[in-house]
Amino acid sequence: MTRDELGKIALTALLDVAPDLAGESIPEDADLRETFDLDSMDFLNWVAGLHRRLGVDIPEPDYPRLRSLGAAADYLAVRLSAEGSDGDLKGG
Amino acid sequence: MLPQIIHKAESAGWPAPNLADYAAVCSDFSWERARSALRGLPYGGLNIAFEAVERHLEDGLADKVAIRWLARESDGPGGGTRDFTYRELAALSSRFANLLGHLGVSPRERVFTLLGRVPALYITALGTLKAGRVFSPLFSAFGPGPVKARMEIGDARVLVSTRNHYLRKVAPWRAELPRLRHVLLVDCPADALPEGTLSFDDALAASADTGGLAPTQAGDMALLHFTSGTTGRPKGAVHVHEAVLVHHLTGRYALDLHQDDVYWCTADPGWVTGTSYGIIAPLCVGATMIVDEAELDPARWLGILQDQRVTVWYTAPTAIRMLMKIASRDDPGMVADYDLSRLRFLASVGEPLNPEGVIWGRDVLGLPFHDNWWQTETGGIMIANYRCMDIKPGSMGKPLPGVEAAIVQRDPHTGTVSVIDTPDTPGELALKPGWPSMFRGYLNEPGRYAECFAGGWYLSGDLARRDADGYFHFVGRADDVIKSAGHLIGPFEVESTLMEHAAVAEAAAIGIPEPTAGEIVKALVALKPGFVQSEDLRRDLLAHARKRLGPAVAPRSIDFRANLPKTRSGKIMRRLLRARELGLPEGDISTLESDER
Repeated sequence: MTRDELGKIALTALLDVAPDLAGESIPEDADLRETFDLDSMDFLNWVAGLHRRLGVDIPEPDYPRLRSLGAAADYLAVRLSAEGSDGDLKGG
Repeated sequence: MLPQIIHKAESAGWPAPNLADYAAVCSDFSWERARSALRGLPYGGLNIAFEAVERHLEDGLADKVAIRWLARESDGPGGGTRDFTYRELAALSSRFANLLGHLGVSPRERVFTLLGRVPALYITALGTLKAGRVFSPLFSAFGPGPVKARMEIGDARVLVSTRNHYLRKVAPWRAELPRLRHVLLVDCPADALPEGTLSFDDALAASADTGGLAPTQAGDMALLHFTSGTTGRPKGAVHVHEAVLVHHLTGRYALDLHQDDVYWCTADPGWVTGTSYGIIAPLCVGATMIVDEAELDPARWLGILQDQRVTVWYTAPTAIRMLMKIASRDDPGMVADYDLSRLRFLASVGEPLNPEGVIWGRDVLGLPFHDNWWQTETGGIMIANYRCMDIKPGSMGKPLPGVEAAIVQRDPHTGTVSVIDTPDTPGELALKPGWPSMFRGYLNEPGRYAECFAGGWYLSGDLARRDADGYFHFVGRADDVIKSAGHLIGPFEVESTLMEHAAVAEAAAIGIPEPTAGEIVKALVALKPGFVQSEDLRRDLLAHARKRLGPAVAPRSIDFRANLPKTRSGKIMRRLLRARELGLPEGDISTLESDER
C-alpha cells in the first residue's frame, strides 16, 4: 500500500470520529489535537479505526508518532512493511 | 481477589505527614484557628494571589521556582522548559493586574480565559485575583456554543485567548456580547491581530511590574467556575477569596504537600481541579509545581515524573486507566524503564477510582492512589484518603477536619431531609454548610442556588454510603448529569444543540459506560416528519454537535428512535432510556405516558 493510500485511510478513519472536519482543509503536517481540538477519546477512537481498517497493532507508546495525518501515514507505512506481508490486512 | 484495605509503608527520608492523627485533629478543629496559617493582607483583608505568591517573597522563597512550564515541543527556547520564580510570578501578575486597571475593568468584573496550559493562563489567573477582579477559566476544547453560553452568563468583560481559538469560537458571535470589551491574544504578532483585539504580550510589557494588589475582603467574589445540571443552562458557581483557606489546608492535609515538594496536578485549569489544585494550593504551600502543555501521553508522563523528580502527583481515573493499558500489575512493561523513586504521594479525583486502579498504583508505581471527592460547588477537597490512614480501595475516604458530611434522604413530598445513620445504606451525600470554600451562589440564579440546600444541609446530588468505619463510598448520581473523563456534562446543553438541527424533533443525551472515560455521551434522537434516518444524517448530526459543542461535550455516538419515552408532563425519561440501553431493570415507570418506538 502506498503512503498516499495510507494517508487517505487515515483521513477516512479521522472523519468517522470527527465528521465536523469534513470540508476543512487539513494540512498534512497539522497537529490534529492542537489545531482541530481532538481530545484523548477522539484520538483513541481514531487509532482503533486505523487498527480495524489495516489490522495493524499500534502500541500506546507509539501514539505520539501519529500527531498529524502525514506522520500517521509514515508510521503506518513502516509498521506495515515491518509486519512483512499484506496477508494480515483486513479490508481497506 | 483485591485487598479490602491497604496498610501503607512509610519510607525513611519522607517529611512527617501534615496530618498525622486524623481523629485528634478532627476533634479539636476550628476554622478560626486554621486561618492563622494564612498571612492576610498587610492592612487587613484577604487575597488569594497574595497568599499564593506575594507572601513568599518575605519568607525567603522569592527566587525559588514556583512554576516549571513544559512546552508541548521540546525544540523551543530553553529546551521547551521555562521556569517562573515566585518573584517573577509576583511581577507578571502585577503587570496583568495593572493592565486591568488601565483597561478600565472594574472590581468584581469577570476576566475569562480560553487557553491551553500556557504561561499566560497562570499570569492571567493570578493577576486577575490580585486586582480583585474575578477569574473564570474555560476549557479550551469547548466549542463556540459552550463558550458563548458561559461568557454570556458570566457577563465577561475581558477574554484572554489565542488567535486560533478566538477566530474559531468567539469572533463569529462577538457582536452579540457588546459588554465583552477587551480581547487579548497570546503569541499573536501585531500585524496578525484580528480587528477588535489587543496583543496580550505587548499590553503586559507596557504595564508596571509592581503593585496592583487590591484590598479584597474574605467574602469578595474571586472565581467563577461553570458546572452543569440536568436541566437548564450551565451554572456559574461563585467562589470568594476566603476559599484559599481550604485550598491551603487541603493542599497540606489531603495531598500532604510540603514546601520542598515537586508537585504535578494534571488537571486543566478549565475545570475546577486545575484551578484549586493546579494553581492555588501548591503555590500557597510554597512548593514547585509542574505544568505540562501537552495532552496525555503515557511515555511523556512517565518521563516527566522521572525527569522532574515529581514527589506528589494528583491526577484522574481516566488518565490512570490509560496508563493501566501499557503496564499491568504482573508486567510493568515500559514503566520499569523509568526511575519513579522520588514519588512520595499519589492522589486521584474526578470520579471514583476503581479499586483496581488504587492497587495498580501500589504494584506498578510503588504507591497506592489516594482517592478523594469534591465538586465545583465545594471549591476544595471535602472527603479524602489521607496519608496517615489506611486506604480502602474504592472508597473516597473520610471528611476533611472541619467538614461535617452525612448520608441523607430527602422526602420527595414534604422536602424534609433526614440523616441516615445505618452503615452502608445508600442515600444522598450532604455537607453541613460553613466551610470557607463553599460556593456563595450561582451567578444571577438565586433560585437554583436555594435548591441545593434543605434542612440545614448542602445536598451534593451524589449518592453514596458510609461504612461502619466512617469511610464514604460513591454509589451514583442522583440526577441525569453525565460524567465523562471526570467532567460533568449537562444533558440539556447537548440536547438543546441537537434540537437546533433542522432534522431533529426531540433528543435525549445519556451517559453510557466506557472503560477509559468512565462514561461517554450518547444521544438518541427522533426526527421531524419528512426526514429519514441514514448514515449520512447521523454523521451530519455528529458534525453539527461537535462543531457547536466541541469534543469534550458533544456525543460520541447517536442513534435514531421514532419516539422518545416521556412522562405525562412531557419530560423525556433519560433514566429509562439509559436502563434500556444497558439492559438494566427499568425501575419505576409509573409516570411513563408515551413510550419509545
